Amino acid sequence: MTGGSDSDADGYRAAAELVLREEAPRIVSALIRKSGSFDLAEDALQEAFSSAFVHWPKSGLPRNPGAWIMAVAERKLIDVARRKRTQNHTIEALTYESAQTTDQSRDEIESTEEYPDDRLRLIFTCCHPALNLEARIALTLRTLGRLTTTEIARAFLLPEATLAQRIVRAKTKIREARIPYEVPAHDALPERLESVLAVIYLIFNESYSATIGETLVRSDLAAEAIRLGRTLRELLAGEPEVLGLLALMLLHDSRRDGRVNSRGELVPLEEQDRLRWHQAQIDEGMRTLDAAITHRRPGPYQLQAAIAATHARATTADATDWAEIAALYGQLVRLLPTPVVALNHAVALAMAEGFEEGLDRVDRLGAFGALDGYRLYHASRADLLRRLGRREEARSAYERALALTTNRVEEAYLRKRVASLG
Amino acid sequence: MRYMLLMYSRETPEGPTPDEVDALIRDHSALLTDAKRKGVLLAVEGLRPTVTATTVRMQDGKALVLDGPFAETKEQLAGYYILECRDLDEAVEWAKRMPTACKGSSGCVEIRPVGELPVAPETL
Repeated sequence: MTGGSDSDADGYRAAAELVLREEAPRIVSALIRKSGSFDLAEDALQEAFSSAFVHWPKSGLPRNPGAWIMAVAERKLIDVARRKRTQNHTIEALTYESAQTTDQSRDEIESTEEYPDDRLRLIFTCCHPALNLEARIALTLRTLGRLTTTEIARAFLLPEATLAQRIVRAKTKIREARIPYEVPAHDALPERLESVLAVIYLIFNESYSATIGETLVRSDLAAEAIRLGRTLRELLAGEPEVLGLLALMLLHDSRRDGRVNSRGELVPLEEQDRLRWHQAQIDEGMRTLDAAITHRRPGPYQLQAAIAATHARATTADATDWAEIAALYGQLVRLLPTPVVALNHAVALAMAEGFEEGLDRVDRLGAFGALDGYRLYHASRADLLRRLGRREEARSAYERALALTTNRVEEAYLRKRVASLG
Repeated sequence: MRYMLLMYSRETPEGPTPDEVDALIRDHSALLTDAKRKGVLLAVEGLRPTVTATTVRMQDGKALVLDGPFAETKEQLAGYYILECRDLDEAVEWAKRMPTACKGSSGCVEIRPVGELPVAPETL
């Protein structure tokens, strides 16, 4: 027994860490509601974990480790509140009270199998529009995700101090301006949900196409975004756009291994080895999208997921139903009339109806000037010109795209295209 | 919590038309009445245009008296409300109803939580 105690301790540490990663958002969300403070809640949680590392190796793993942590953390909160109130009292009085609470909580720990879930409040507070977008992203990842501040900073290529400061500022604003800790009322829900979905999608996109950097896929962030999407589905299953966003992320992420080859080069959709796509994830994406569509309340995320699903259904690039994709983009343009969506619509039409007309359409969009600084506009033009055999024009369009890209993997891909045109 | 809602509006040299003045008075009165009825209204003032503004700027320990507002911006401080609100969301709801920020007219409302004075006002 004594010989195994070290590895036992390691086992308990691993168990505690698993609880920390899996259940911390739920526990911390409940502690924030009880304490009214992000900082007090996080401190209490941290202390409860320290207690777990001491107690579990001695007394064994509790039946419900999450509830154990919650109860101990709650006791810490009570202690803090009491300490504040009784600062002038004698130390003996304080010790007596704490001892009593300890006994009480121990009974609770045995009986409590469930603890409150306030994650939905937490999501809405972290994504409150009164916080700036960077702060929303950092705070959401920090409190609801499973990455440490160091890991988040690394994923966003930021100094850790910068990220930590964003989180501190956001917490200060929540406290000082009194941003409420609650799920918005029914009439405010659509607008507020939009901000939540946008934050999750931005986290996902940051992973999918890193703005600056060596690697194209930063899988940590994609996994986190999908995890957040699943959490939101669990909490707001009746919102079709919640399902739409999750489906969209699952379907896009299912292609991650096909998107970059063994040499780390970008592979366009058309040339991807579709056997490398993750079929189980595609299936989950399809099921999620089907569930969304039954609500009969279409939205931008559902439409984009439907487009991704159309690609996923095609067993070869040639089998792609471009007419369907063009029709879906047509609907999307009406909901989101941005130049980028219009560009995608034009490209889909080009694939469905002919490159010549498609190029005309793309050029007409370009004439407004809004797309001139957008690398994918030039890349799309270049691609259509290449398909039409207009090599010189294709090459100069690729070069325009090249000048605008900040991602090395994308840059390498565009260079290869330029080289192939002689 | 007390919030100060600072209303910023676009100023024109000729000022608002009589119709615009009427509309402003009507809309603010409605808002005031409602805020009073709900017991949230603590203070409200409208300001004269910025041609009347004077700025006292401290520079190297000396006070400089300058003509004009603190900053020459497109939108200028036109008035304020102080409201007692449960939280920021309630303050935002009031801000959305302020004539300067809604009904298609231009302008914005800055919401600032009011700090507690280190000395209670009655001792001043």
